[in-house]
Parts: sequence; C-alpha cells; structure tokens
Amino acid sequence: MLELEDIQHYLLTRPHATIAQYNFITFRSAEAGRNWVNALSDIVGNAKTVMAASETDMRWVSLAFTFNGLRKLGLDEDSLATFPEPFRQGMAARAQMFGDTGRNHPDNWEDKITSEDLHAVVILFARDKAERERCIKQHDEYLKDNPGVEILSSLLIEAVPPLEYVHEHFGYRDRITTPVIEGMGIEATPGSHAPSKPGEFFLGYPDDAGVIPVQPQPEILSKNGSFLGYRKMREHVGAFRDFLKANGKTPEEQELVAAKIMGRWRKTGAPLVLCPDKDDRELGFDNMRNNNFDYEKMDPHGYACPVTSHVRRMNVRDSRVSRIMNRRLIIRRGGTYGPYLPDDAPDDGANRGIAVFGGCADLARQFEFLISVWANDPEFMELNERDPFAGSNDGSFELTIPKRPIKKKLKGLNAFTTVTGGAYFFLPGIKGLKYLASLK
Amino acid sequence: MSNNSKNGWSTPAALALPKEGYFKKEDGRYGPVFPQTPANYGFTIIVKVKPGREEAIREYGKTIEAAVKANPEFLGPLKLHYLRWVLFDVGSGLHFMYQGIFDTDFDKYMEDAIALFHSSGVTTVFVNLEGFPEDWKTNIPAVTKFFREHQRPSFLEYGEYPYVSAEEVKKALKLKAAFSEMLDQMQ
Repeated sequence: MLELEDIQHYLLTRPHATIAQYNFITFRSAEAGRNWVNALSDIVGNAKTVMAASETDMRWVSLAFTFNGLRKLGLDEDSLATFPEPFRQGMAARAQMFGDTGRNHPDNWEDKITSEDLHAVVILFARDKAERERCIKQHDEYLKDNPGVEILSSLLIEAVPPLEYVHEHFGYRDRITTPVIEGMGIEATPGSHAPSKPGEFFLGYPDDAGVIPVQPQPEILSKNGSFLGYRKMREHVGAFRDFLKANGKTPEEQELVAAKIMGRWRKTGAPLVLCPDKDDRELGFDNMRNNNFDYEKMDPHGYACPVTSHVRRMNVRDSRVSRIMNRRLIIRRGGTYGPYLPDDAPDDGANRGIAVFGGCADLARQFEFLISVWANDPEFMELNERDPFAGSNDGSFELTIPKRPIKKKLKGLNAFTTVTGGAYFFLPGIKGLKYLASLK
Repeated sequence: MSNNSKNGWSTPAALALPKEGYFKKEDGRYGPVFPQTPANYGFTIIVKVKPGREEAIREYGKTIEAAVKANPEFLGPLKLHYLRWVLFDVGSGLHFMYQGIFDTDFDKYMEDAIALFHSSGVTTVFVNLEGFPEDWKTNIPAVTKFFREHQRPSFLEYGEYPYVSAEEVKKALKLKAAFSEMLDQMQ
C-alpha cells in the first residue's frame, strides 16, 4: 500500500487548479538551499491531504531537484553515484539519443534550463489568477528570507480557451488516458491498461516485474520518490493550420487530417478506431467507451487510425509490437503556456506550447523509451516516419495514412512542434525533503 | 546509413567496420548504438561458461524451441531475423556465443528481450555464465551492462539482399503466394 502521507501529491492527484507556475531555482549556497527546502517542506502537499482537500486548501506546492541540486545541497558522492545514469547525466547530455537535433537541440533551449546552476523546480498550483499572485508572493517571501536562493526562470502554465475541455494550442483534447495505480481504489476504465504496480511510479515498491528494483541511497531519500522528465515543446499553430488547409479542401476534410495525426478527433478525443469517418462527441466524453478499443484486432492495418498517429505510437495497444506496454507508462502532468491564438487569427509568432512533466520510476525504461523509440525512431513499424505530433520532424519524413486501395502519403512533414526545454528531476517524498534539509 | 542505400536491396553489399563496431559514436539509452549494415542490426555476445554448466545451457535450447512452438509469435516484438546459440572451446575453456540479427538496434528493445526471456524462464540460462550479476532480478541496469560488456562487434558484414527487414521479406512472400493463388483461380 502506498504511503500517501509521505508521497508528494503531484503524480497522484490533480488539484482544482487552472493555473500553475514553474519556478526553476538555483542555490547560491548549500545552506541557503537547505533552509529553503526546510521552509517549503512544511507546505508541500502530500497525496493524502490533497486528495482529501476541500477547494480552499492551498497547499499545492511541489518540489523536485536536479542531480546538480542534490549535490549542491550536500548529498555525498557515494549516494549520488547510486542514482541512475540518465538522471546523473541530465537530459541535455542525452539529446542525440532522444532525437533532439537541429532546431530541437539543447543549444537552443529556453529558460536557462540547461544551466549547470539549475538545482530545483518548485511547482505552484493555483485555482485562479488571484490565488497564483498570492502563492508567488508567498514564495517570494521565502526567497527574501533565503537570499542565496534565486529564480533562474519561470514559466506560467494556464489553460487556453475554450475552457469547457482541456486541450493544447492545436485544439487537441487532452487527459483522456492516464495510468491507474493498484491499491488506489480507482478502477481502470474498459480497454485501459490494468492497474500498474506502485513501483512503476514510486521508488521502494514492487514494480510490474514483481520485485523492488535497486534503489538510490539512502533509502530515506529515495523511498516514495519519483523521477520526472520535463519537456517544453513550442507549438507552431500557424504551420499546423496551414498543413491542415494544404491537405484538406473542406473544414471536414481538415478535421479528418487533424484526427489522422492524433488518432483521436480533435475536439472530443473520440478514437478513430471506433468512429473512423465522423466525430462522435458523446463517445469522446464517455470514459467507459473512449478507451475501449485495440489496434491488433480492430484495426490491424491502420485504415481507421494510422499506425504512425500520436496515440497509436505512444500507447501501442498491440502485442505484436510490445508485450510490456505496462512497463512503458508515465504519469503526465503539465499544461499549456503562452497566449491563445484564436481560430481565425494569423500566427503572431508568439511563444506558445506545452510544458509537461512525465513521472516514472525508471527514466530509461519509461520516459526515454517513449520519446526516443516510439515517438522518434523512424524505423518504428518500418514507416520511415516519426510521430507527426510530438516527433522531431524536419521535412524529410512523411505521414502515411493507410487507405484502400493505396495508402496516402503526406510528404515533407514539417515539425508543428519544437523541443525548447528539457531536464530531469527527482521528486522526493516528504521524509526525503526533510532529509535533504538536514544534510550537513 | 542513409535511407538511399536501403533501396538497393537487389545489389549485394558488404561493409567493413572499424574496431569499435561503429563509424561515429552515437549513444543509445544504455551505451553505443551500432549502425545498420547490409546484414541489418545485431549483436554477438561471447561469455565464458561456469565450470560444469554445459548441459544446463544446452537444455535451454529446448526451452526456446518449446516456447516458440507453443506461441510462434513469442519472439515477435524483438524484430528478429535469426538467432544462433553456439557453445565452443578453443582451448581457453567453454564459451557461449549468442548471435542475433535484428531489424533494429538492440538498445531499443533491451527491456522487451529481458522481459520475454524472463517470462519463459530463459533468463536463468545466463546464471550459468561467468560475471552475470547476482542481483539480476532486481537490477536490470546491471543485466544490460553485462550484455553490453560482452558484445563483440563485427568488422565485416554482408547482405545478399541488403537492408531488407524480416517484415518486408514476409510481405513479399505473402504477395507471391497471393499472386499464385490468383493465377490458379483464373485457370
């Protein structure tokens, strides 16, 4: 059973928030960093209280650290060496493996995210703008008390209209599929993965292989912790809309092209496998039906949902491709940043996109595999293609839409997204935070 | 390797490789990635066998045979062409050679391979080899490192029909069968 009172709420529950702020932090001295961690550890929301919280409970702070951050706080070298290699190296050092090349290269990343001085991220959730101001002000007070702790950069996360459903800047509905963890009292919806073992996401518990994997040391620091892979992706809304117009004559045809890219209809999330020709709003919003499908039996050739579409690559649902799909899951958290671009407005060149944390227990097996292989491996299913939504495309790849009698190939697929940030963090449990604050 | 070279499946090709097994070091999740050659991707792992374990290892040949017989798709996710398991002794003790030819670099499907072997009980064949980590059940990175350290890259690879994937071969044969069936029906 998960120790909910010791696990940060971040991966287990979604607070009633519409706004969040990521503050990327540097510690000028170990002592200042430890004081800051100590002060914040008292208001970090644990899973138990946040899940039970009323809408007025505002303890929605989450704290996570880079490898350099743990070292700066004074964690000894022997312990540091027990942390997994991807985390020790950092995401930017592994860019080539990810496929983060060309304009996606870490040299071009924003927010000083690749700085050696990036030590921590604090995530502040708020129900509304006024509440966010209060949280930021309160956090600024903490910083005043700890002059050796500074904000390197900040990112404001805010939902874009229309607010009736959660979606990103291209208009794709989000948060339809999320892993369920055994023992949390939540049943997986029909067609979803069976509940995961807690060890897939939290350190110190048995994972889906039935064992507790070797953990970073000391245990008081690692137990109930998780790793977070952060990705910031700029979305080129104008380029995306141009692509739809170039490949669809009518709005209906354009909507179908958009759906073929994702594998689900844009505004409702209704899966193409279940409604290949026309959107079905009721189906899209029915949680008992919107994941109740597979590809292997229902759409083996991809006539409904292209094999290369985003949801089919990220969640393959096909035992011919993988038999360990339940070992490739991540819990996604995050949202959109940047101004909303209305449907009829020309692209204003503003910086807008998504900034997401993927939580898991094993960065290489879960987070890195999803991006480097299922999103960015051109050899995936022998397509010579990358994920048309999240892959690092540069015009040299195609988008194959299986169709009778002959498949349709949309050539010269340019990137609608650019990776503009990425980093690895360790999200400790509450005891782990206290341990870090107590280091000498 | 550029995609263009893959179009030349009808022209046999050979490729000599540097000592390291790659021209330019590119890292995967667990170590260097080896390039596609006319004989596609693959590995050759050579490890010394613990004394007295020869028969135990040979038995695992039958385990794999039975697993594939029971479920022909058993090894499907690994995107294999061929596997070869060899035991030999050229004077320095008994060694086990595990050679595989794949359509993808093995870095990408390492966990699938370990899970498949684990599910069929085959992982334990490796406990008969010297240096296999004692804590292999809980320490996947150590298992991965073991395979990595015993990989011996090729310095020459040849393909009579270079760069062709197993899936393409199967599709071509299916198409051929479908055409003969069609011609029969037209008699």
